[in-house]
Amino acid sequence: MSLHTASIGELARGLAAGQYSAVELARHFLDRIGRFNPALNAFVTVTADEALAAAAAADASRAAGRAGVLTGVPIAHKDIFCTQGVKTSCGSRMLDNFIAPYDATVVSRMAAAGVVYLGKTNMDEFAMGSSNETSWYGPVRNPWDPSRVPGGSSGGSAAAVAGRLVPAATGTDTGGSIRQPAALVGISGIKPTYGRVSRYGMIAFASSLDQAGIMAPSAEDCAYLLGAMAGFDPRDSTSVDRPVPDYVAELATPLAGLRIGVLREFMGEGLEAGTGDRVREAIDVYRRLGATVVDVSCPKLPLSVPTYYVVAPAECSSNLSRFDGVRFGYRCENPRDLLDLYQRSRAEGFGPEVQRRIMTGTYVLSAGYYDAYYLQAQKVRSLIADDFRRAFTEVDLILCPTAPGPAFPIGAKVDDPVTMYLNDIYTIGANLAGLPAMSIPCGFDGALPVGLQLIGPHFSESRMLSAAHAYQRETDWHVRVPAAYA
Amino acid sequence: MTQEAKWEVVIGLEIHAQLATRSKIFSGSPTAYGAEPNTQADLVDLGYPGVLPVLNAEAVRMAVKFGLATGSKVAARSVFARKNYFYPDLPKGYQISQYERPIVEDGSLEIVLDDGARKTIGITRAHLEEDAGKSLHEGMVGASGIDLNRAGTPLLEIVSEPDLRSAKEAIAYLKKIHTLVRYLEICDGNMQEGSFRCDANVSVRRFGDPKFGTRCEIKNVNSFRFVEKAINYEVARQIDVIEGGGKIVQETRLYDSAKDETRSMRSKEEANDYRYFPDPDLLPVLIEPAFVAAVRATLPELPDEKSARLQSACGLSEYDAGVLCSSRELADYYEATLAAMPAAADAAAQKANAKLAANWVMGDLSAALNKDNLDVTAAPIGASRLAGLLARIVDATISGKIAKEVFEVMWAGGQTADEVIDARGLRQITDTGAIEKAIAQVMAASPGQLAEYRAGKDKLFGYFVGQAMKATQGKANPAALNEILRKMLAGP
Repeated sequence: MSLHTASIGELARGLAAGQYSAVELARHFLDRIGRFNPALNAFVTVTADEALAAAAAADASRAAGRAGVLTGVPIAHKDIFCTQGVKTSCGSRMLDNFIAPYDATVVSRMAAAGVVYLGKTNMDEFAMGSSNETSWYGPVRNPWDPSRVPGGSSGGSAAAVAGRLVPAATGTDTGGSIRQPAALVGISGIKPTYGRVSRYGMIAFASSLDQAGIMAPSAEDCAYLLGAMAGFDPRDSTSVDRPVPDYVAELATPLAGLRIGVLREFMGEGLEAGTGDRVREAIDVYRRLGATVVDVSCPKLPLSVPTYYVVAPAECSSNLSRFDGVRFGYRCENPRDLLDLYQRSRAEGFGPEVQRRIMTGTYVLSAGYYDAYYLQAQKVRSLIADDFRRAFTEVDLILCPTAPGPAFPIGAKVDDPVTMYLNDIYTIGANLAGLPAMSIPCGFDGALPVGLQLIGPHFSESRMLSAAHAYQRETDWHVRVPAAYA
Repeated sequence: MTQEAKWEVVIGLEIHAQLATRSKIFSGSPTAYGAEPNTQADLVDLGYPGVLPVLNAEAVRMAVKFGLATGSKVAARSVFARKNYFYPDLPKGYQISQYERPIVEDGSLEIVLDDGARKTIGITRAHLEEDAGKSLHEGMVGASGIDLNRAGTPLLEIVSEPDLRSAKEAIAYLKKIHTLVRYLEICDGNMQEGSFRCDANVSVRRFGDPKFGTRCEIKNVNSFRFVEKAINYEVARQIDVIEGGGKIVQETRLYDSAKDETRSMRSKEEANDYRYFPDPDLLPVLIEPAFVAAVRATLPELPDEKSARLQSACGLSEYDAGVLCSSRELADYYEATLAAMPAAADAAAQKANAKLAANWVMGDLSAALNKDNLDVTAAPIGASRLAGLLARIVDATISGKIAKEVFEVMWAGGQTADEVIDARGLRQITDTGAIEKAIAQVMAASPGQLAEYRAGKDKLFGYFVGQAMKATQGKANPAALNEILRKMLAGP
């Protein structure tokens, strides 16, 4: 067994058995990052010194008998999470000089569990994008085909995990930013229920949609790490005070009797054949495993893209107002006056996609337009949530593709924002309704991975992870590694 | 008929009361005034990337308290919204406030006008919001400083109906709210430090006109006197404009107290589009009836209730009771003084005690406090020592005039009234023999005046009172002196 293809469970057991130290593990992955990152561009910052110190501390606590299950396990953090003393860029020129003065709750919880982070991963600027092409630090390459995108916005985390540069990485998902890249690079990724994981210290894009999650090869890996991230945080008023299940223990929940609903609206027009075929094959696997598979319908769900592109820009236009060149981040040279300081700092500090969304959001919240856009979108949003609620009276989980097709070539959609936005058509609904959802690999379209999406009712992460785990015990898509990274 | 008499003035006030919570409304930073710039602002107040607001429950409790004290509706569900605009002292680029759904709505307050008439002023709403920081321009060359200590301080914005019809009414209302928030202990009311601020919406219309005139909002007025002057200036300005054939433009105006004028700050066209929308970082504020009941149980006796009680229980006039109740501390001092005086023999004597104590608290005590710029809670003469002094007036040990002298000595030192009276020999002479002796001396020394008096020049009675008082160093009991003097002057 080579270390970089080991699962989180295997690494945890190896550390516990003393087969290798946390420092050795960190070195192994830091070496891989050094070797492969120049081609992938998955990391914005590699924190080798800090990581080795944290790994040594993990070894010391193990020696002192204070180790937990995850002590010494290495991961990477998406560069949207504030990390004390380390640059937190959010993929933007605006924050290229920003050293966060505090740790996000996700970061401090992971650290408390003994997890060692090796660096900060590249991402679409302020998480706005579906291809990782909007990053100030340049596009990330897909390990399966370096001419193609890894998806976005958590494209750096996705590529780093797919190339086995790290065993797992955190991500965030506002409209599919964990699931779509997971699908495009052939790994697993879960976006938990809104409120399950604290948003404190996660740089906000659209506050009512943003949710942190985890990306790793398998559902089992995700289960290990989600437990360490999740839970109530008094510093996030929207986090939910509810016990966190033992996701790893509950993976063994039998699949038999599970009712899976195949989402009719997402299995037809717009879906590429190679992706549709793989999803239908996965449905057969579930049938064989004893699940009851039926059709479900969420008729309002196709409205999720226009709804999302009102709500998310509205919130982002306000959330990003704090980047004004006054207290932190980018400031233009020699501002003439206050207005010039604001205008040039923001025009030079933000890229075109971020500016487009700020302008869209400003427009939909303006006097005279608010009712027609923002209020209307909120109404449709609650109709979409109603659709899901009704569907979940009939089924336990909903199944559909994660993205309409596999990874597309870098540059193919940058000039056409609407086509780019439509790549998230299957993922956005779960964000609008606050539902947990995940993507798992279900085969290939040619040489490119295809993802299968599961969506569950609020706080059904355990059920979803066990259903994914059952599938992954029958299939080996999740352990496939691109040849160059094997 | 003066020009003003043709015009009806319409005023509505927006009062910003800083809530007296220990920490800020959405962060754990302290709210204390006067610290070094930017030492009381944490990452939340600075609007750092990734931080989130968490509502201070104490601010909610205080808002509910205000709602109950003004007979308002306390909303079972209220919502925080974002008011978006760019300004250097607004770190997030938006202010968290309540917009469509405030926590308190539909209340009222009764004010007393100069002629004694009462008027009910509607309170449209009161909502919670965070204060902004301050821009500092003094001592900066080519730059402005930003102090974010105040950013995130909880405010209760209290919005009145346009029910006020003169600057005097506006001040009466403003003072009433000022008294109320201090009674409720939800705001320290300090106008110099900006804890209690007021914007006035002012318009004029011809009497009988059903429509309101175009209003101007006057900002930046930080004392009762300036609010009154600013409104009066603005009313005169608007009348001048209209009578000169002009039109009032809806705008925000700043009051300049040095020049006693208001100046245009920005017009409606220049006003920001604040793009309000519900803040997704905060859940709606849900208030259960049990919480409201618990807050209601903590309400103190309110100014109007206290005033009514002092009138009925102590027989004070409405005016006296109103003055004493204008501050909870002053009323407490008064009641403590009255309670510490010896029990009165009957109801009439008790009423006299109450009036005596009221006169002293409102008169000599308040004057001395004003002179030394002291709060009543810091009065050098506590309520029980003042009661000791008043007891000596009641039992005729000293006259009211001597008592003022004793009061001054007590104010400067730490003695009781009795110590001062004894040390200075100020005990009043009620001994008839001693008074007769003094009068006899005076009569002997003024034979001319005596003859004139006896010849019918009654006016000279005052002369003899003065001389006899002088002979007793002012210690003679005035009533006794008068009676004996009259007898002795009349002759045997």
